[in-house]
Amino acid sequence: MSRGSLLLRMELRSNPEMLCVVRNALGQLAATLGFSEPECNAVVLAVDEALTNIIRHAYLGDVERPIQASFRRIHVPWEGQGRDALEIVLEDRGVTVNPKKMCGRALEDVRPGGLGLHFIRESMNTVEFSRRKGRNQLRLVKILHLHGPQKGS
Amino acid sequence: MQIAARHLDKITIFDISGDIDLATSPELRKALLREFRELRMPRVVLNLGAVRYIDSSGVASLVEGLKASRDVGSRFILFGLNRTVQEVLQLSKLVKIFEIYENEEQSVAP
Repeated sequence: MSRGSLLLRMELRSNPEMLCVVRNALGQLAATLGFSEPECNAVVLAVDEALTNIIRHAYLGDVERPIQASFRRIHVPWEGQGRDALEIVLEDRGVTVNPKKMCGRALEDVRPGGLGLHFIRESMNTVEFSRRKGRNQLRLVKILHLHGPQKGS
Repeated sequence: MQIAARHLDKITIFDISGDIDLATSPELRKALLREFRELRMPRVVLNLGAVRYIDSSGVASLVEGLKASRDVGSRFILFGLNRTVQEVLQLSKLVKIFEIYENEEQSVAP
């Protein structure tokens, strides 16, 4: 798999007030790449939920810790053919994420919380967690034009 | 996010605008719990027509409001959901647990 071309890199603090800034930038980026409006909304939701998880679980609410986000256009094998895609990698230096906390919860269980990971998995084509050199890394991939090219793209 | 409260007889109507996310959902949660637990309002209606975005923390606040309403025997109603908010609620599979109407007239009807 090619590393692809870097589209955007962000370094931000783990402050919830930064979430709307990332959402606005990412929404524009996804639209520019040719994702449909529902796909743009899905990508924005996934990244917002991932950043929320970092702030709440990796940094335990500390608003001054660093988060790195990189966005690349990549080419990946998907269902027997090569496809263009948006790859998003989020890195933090927080505590190791407890795998049990990353399981989400049963949706029939009506209670607050536990929905974020479900939203991420439903919104993206690939979701991969790893821990390297003291950093948590989350890799998200959204395939471009999975349901055919959009008008005007 | 901004919250503006109106009162119609024994109904509180919250007009919500902007984004409901990790930064803003605590304010919504606090407002809802106050209406149900402290003021014991028999009906609280959320106008979500001007909400641009909601995430899981926002949905969690709505679920907490719903639970508080059930605890005190009140009604908790949502209306004016745009496509983005509807999509997130449907994704949560929790859309069926809420009492949802299209407009304010239906939401405040006896």
